[in-house]
Amino acid sequence: MFDWIQDLADWTVYKVLELDKGAHLAEALNFFIYDTIKILLLLFVIIFFMGIVNSYFPIDKVKNYLSRNKLYGLEYLMASLFGVVTPFCSCSSVPLFIGFVRGGIPLGVTFAFLITSPLVNEVAIGLFIGLFGLKTTLIYVTSGILLGTISGYILQKLKLESYLTPWVKELLANAQKEQDAFIADKKALKDRLPVIWDEVLTILKGVIPYVIVGIAIGGLMHGYIPEGFFEKYMAKDNFFAVPIATILAVPMYSNASGILPVAQVLVAKGIPLGTAIAFMMGVVGLSLPEAMLLKKVMTLKLIAIFFGVVTLCIIISGYLFNILL
Amino acid sequence: MSKVIKILGTGCPKCKTMTSLVTEVVNENNIDASIEKVEDIMEIMTYNVMSTPALVVDDVITIKGRIPSKNEILALLN
Repeated sequence: MFDWIQDLADWTVYKVLELDKGAHLAEALNFFIYDTIKILLLLFVIIFFMGIVNSYFPIDKVKNYLSRNKLYGLEYLMASLFGVVTPFCSCSSVPLFIGFVRGGIPLGVTFAFLITSPLVNEVAIGLFIGLFGLKTTLIYVTSGILLGTISGYILQKLKLESYLTPWVKELLANAQKEQDAFIADKKALKDRLPVIWDEVLTILKGVIPYVIVGIAIGGLMHGYIPEGFFEKYMAKDNFFAVPIATILAVPMYSNASGILPVAQVLVAKGIPLGTAIAFMMGVVGLSLPEAMLLKKVMTLKLIAIFFGVVTLCIIISGYLFNILL
Repeated sequence: MSKVIKILGTGCPKCKTMTSLVTEVVNENNIDASIEKVEDIMEIMTYNVMSTPALVVDDVITIKGRIPSKNEILALLN
């Protein structure tokens, strides 16, 4: 499917620039050209597709659905799935949290949404397909959804309502199942397209610099670091690799865009995939800026428990990947 | 009558982009309007929006969760 991009990269590097096949520079450049084109194309397709889905399932509709329907335990999974199709912006996490609480949605279900939304988003999916292939992407997406579901469930069982900030507790007490009338857009797809298109361009514009820098660094590493280089340091049997990678990753904040191309090279050069995925989940899913924002609605203790449970789940899934893959 | 425009957002880059776009549109078209940035989360929540930035014109939420184009803003203000 992507052969033509490889042909184009080969042609540019070996024919137009007349670089020697096998030279470090040529290999790095070839990798850069191939990956950049392929990934930007994939990103475009995925973001566009998610934009269409999201246009039909806006957040208000999701909230109303979750607060109105009795789902007998499936609500965690549903919230997690909705998290996938909702584009996430860390600055929206607080209003979203409040909106859910006010709609009478249980705290754990809200957490399930908050965990999956940044973890499995359109940009991460697009990059994953481009860098790791379809199979790994499916594993990542499935485990991201399960991670949100399970963490949400655990957090609900911990009964954390008392650790919300006072004004949120008040909202919780007055939560109502009632729904503010949500006027469903009955627009045809044709009329939705301009708005979706604008969104696609905005998101792409936002991530392109990170993607390009990420791929450039990846390309350099690809050309200059020998195969299997990291195996010495991060072997599969190194018990502490997964937790260390995850804990290092949590405070980091990059949009997935910058870190994924680098991670792909790390895997190619010998870091076990599970360790790399745990690292990426830590970077993409949890971040300090998000924690700072959440301080408005949660006490520090609650934020710590929230991050702790999710980190633990990420570490466990890292181990699972290393065993299974 | 002068319009009251409010931009709801906790201060993320998207909210700032929206504010500057709205300001440009208002200035370029000599629209009689006051622009106010609402950054306090409790006040934002009184509008019942779950995704920011949101654009409120005369207490009606017109856009939420995305950055509109200048033409779209102009149409909303007229």
